[in-house]
Amino acid sequence: MFNLPRVAAAAVGAFICLSTPFSAQATEASTGPKVTTFELSNGMQGVVIEDHRAPVVTHMVWYKVGAADEPPGQSGIAHFLEHLMFKGTDEIPPGEFSKIIAANGGQDNAFTSLDYTGYFQRIAADRLELVMKMEADRMVDLVLDEESVRTERDVVIEERNSRTDNNPQGRFSEQFNAAVYLNHPYGVPVIGWRHEIEELERQDALDFYKLHYAPDQATLIVAGDVTPDAVQALAEKYYGPLNPSGFVPFQRPVEPPQIAARRVYMSDEKVRQPYFTRAYLVESYVTAEPGEGEAFAVLAEIFGGGFTSRLSRELVQDQKTALGAGAYYRGLARDKTTFNFYGIPVEGVSLDELEAAADAVLTKLAEEGPTEEELERVKMSMISDEVFQQDSQSSMARMYGAALTIGLTVEDVKAWPDRIRAVTAEDVKAAAASLAIEHSVTGQLTGVDVQKAEAAQ
Amino acid sequence: MIRFLSFIVVALALFALPNDRAVAAAEIQEVTTPGGVTFWMVEERAIPILSIQIAFRGGASLERSEEQGLANLLTSTLDEGAGPYDAQAYAARAEEIAARIGFSSDRDTLRVSASMLIERRDETLELLRLALTEPRFDPEPLARVKAQIQSGLKQDEVDPDAMASNAWFSAKFPSDAYGRKASGTPETVEAFTAEDLRGIMPRLINRSDMYVGVVGAISAEEVAPLLDALLGDLPAGPPEGASGAPDAVTMTDRSGIEVIDFDAPQSTVLFGHDGPLRDDPDFIPAFVMNYILGGGGFASRLTVEVREKRGLAYGVYSYLAPLDRSGLYLGGVATANERVSDSIDVIRDEWRRMAEEGVSEEELDRAKRYLTGAYPLRFDSNGKIARFLVGAQLEDLPIDYIETRNELVEAVTVDDIKRVAAKWMDPNQLYFVVVGKPEGLASSSN
Repeated sequence: MFNLPRVAAAAVGAFICLSTPFSAQATEASTGPKVTTFELSNGMQGVVIEDHRAPVVTHMVWYKVGAADEPPGQSGIAHFLEHLMFKGTDEIPPGEFSKIIAANGGQDNAFTSLDYTGYFQRIAADRLELVMKMEADRMVDLVLDEESVRTERDVVIEERNSRTDNNPQGRFSEQFNAAVYLNHPYGVPVIGWRHEIEELERQDALDFYKLHYAPDQATLIVAGDVTPDAVQALAEKYYGPLNPSGFVPFQRPVEPPQIAARRVYMSDEKVRQPYFTRAYLVESYVTAEPGEGEAFAVLAEIFGGGFTSRLSRELVQDQKTALGAGAYYRGLARDKTTFNFYGIPVEGVSLDELEAAADAVLTKLAEEGPTEEELERVKMSMISDEVFQQDSQSSMARMYGAALTIGLTVEDVKAWPDRIRAVTAEDVKAAAASLAIEHSVTGQLTGVDVQKAEAAQ
Repeated sequence: MIRFLSFIVVALALFALPNDRAVAAAEIQEVTTPGGVTFWMVEERAIPILSIQIAFRGGASLERSEEQGLANLLTSTLDEGAGPYDAQAYAARAEEIAARIGFSSDRDTLRVSASMLIERRDETLELLRLALTEPRFDPEPLARVKAQIQSGLKQDEVDPDAMASNAWFSAKFPSDAYGRKASGTPETVEAFTAEDLRGIMPRLINRSDMYVGVVGAISAEEVAPLLDALLGDLPAGPPEGASGAPDAVTMTDRSGIEVIDFDAPQSTVLFGHDGPLRDDPDFIPAFVMNYILGGGGFASRLTVEVREKRGLAYGVYSYLAPLDRSGLYLGGVATANERVSDSIDVIRDEWRRMAEEGVSEEELDRAKRYLTGAYPLRFDSNGKIARFLVGAQLEDLPIDYIETRNELVEAVTVDDIKRVAAKWMDPNQLYFVVVGKPEGLASSSN
């Protein structure tokens, strides 16, 4: 919910996970950290990721509820509640939660995504019990007063201003994303539509809280200088006594067959660099057949993952029609997700021209598949990512938290490198060929062309 | 290499102040190689990777005014082809061996960052050596990167954060490199050639003011020859007659409010005045004071007053930014146009309250508990430790700083803070740049 910006230019930013915060990367059993799991009798899942390099711990609770689970007309309530969770409980006075963590040498924050809401603390390993006690307390005993709810709503409006309303890229991205889904709530912005945020009330937040916050709706992730036994014992002590809600998550509205390609155009005088972007509705790691999501992940790398990708080589370096171009796959989602690519034209090249050139690159890949050389290189790079990722305790914790909260298992995460290794050129070709324009939205964001505007007058 | 559309902005702490138990297990060693390269190192065997950080003091401060943006162009093109590899082959080679090589520059330094799989260290460091000693600056990548930088400059013209930062720094440092935008101007960038890059390279990258930090699954004895091979071919010092960084620079006394008209619902505000340098004895007390004022998130006075009590902003903060040649005390907030003048009033009031009254014993106690307790969090990854090893050398800290730093924080008293606050904080000296359509606020700067 709150990101400490120390660098002026960076400002607010880290914690709404609309874009891919991390790709699904997993640890090899042979070299990776020790990851163990347990389940409490009330249904709360626990995962322990051992990392004994420094005497610190990352403690996270992930609720299996996100912006895609909000009641119609109350967009933003999941994120608003996340803010309000810092207001206090029957034991913690208003405004004291984070101050207590800080006075114990800890840092805390939270984040809301389409599929989940997470709370975390980073603190000396010997203070794990304290933060677990506090997190368990606010799972059931949140206290809200009208005044602080009203004030916090203003804070969220300012957050929305900063993230979205203050820049054309933010506003465009929101409109574009809304067009991707005809029926599924992934089209609603995580932070909420402004007019609906303005109407959110204390009771709305409390209703949402009562429905979704309970131990059987949560996953506990503890990473750091801890042992699984000690973590489980503490979890039994603090989370164990809490009553499960038995709540069965609502079935989210399902996307109907998409049979018409859509296009979104926006012009704004504050756009100095136009670009186009395309999103195809595709299966996620959760909804896909085995291997299908991994094929999209490899395709994204080969097609537009970096400097050696097809888009970059052909459009940026050879044809010199693009300043930048790339692709990515948002595989970590509970429901159908998107495969995306974008292009930023050089001066003198139109968005339509660049889009057509990018389409040609994709078509060629769909017809011929990747070369063995590029397939092997990309797989090597993706698999080695997971070794580097082990260096960050927080990112390991977030990866497992996200994966488990959307319905994957620890085994899925661990098997990821092997599944990437298993992807064949044929799989990548098939994934590329499956990207059909009728399941897609294409957006173009442009500046205001002064000459054209004058000519029209 | 420039990455476009980086959707996620990561806020990094400006400088790494260090801890005690954190790295105690793995001790910091200072080693000098046979070739004369001194480096700080921590041996860490838990993960099969090696991280090397190198900093060359100077960065954009070594640019002449017509060279504005050249250091940035250099760090954006060093890995765009080197030795036998053209840009494409260089990147493909890096992928093949899973090498993570990056270059960056800022106002005071040029930095190199390399992470590698431990079994790929020889190939990775050879690839890095090529970039540092035989970059090609071929026409295709040079033209491409320049166009990317130009695009970024155009976008910055309508980015309120960039607009505020440029306005603030150019007003406070009108005739120094600190006042110039690090990525250059459309004119300077347009004019740069491969010869310019080759010309500035030995000034920016040489062994005279170089700092090296190493963390990884390897011993210092094994690292030493690798570093000699990597850095042995660099020039020992800057070219004959090249001028170093200018001396300390004093910022102007510009203060008050500068409004830059910009059509957006929210006004973006950057404010500040001068602050202590890193080696000033006031630095640590000021650092603790700032935690209480605006550096401690929810625990800070600014967040309580601006965000929690009044709902005026999502983020409000202040921080000490000790550059090499000038100390800064900066802060920022973003508030709806209708209410931004309230935010500025509250910030000024809090600035004044701190200057006049200092802090309470309880506030100081809480601050110390956070700052000392959270210190180990800065050392929980190889990457963070490697950055600290270089940062500490740049700041001329002793090698046992991690063990003594918390004592320095503990020693700060309420009287110290009162004295430092009275000396450094002056609400009338604050210079606010406001980008937006703020209601009831007009430019009133001196």
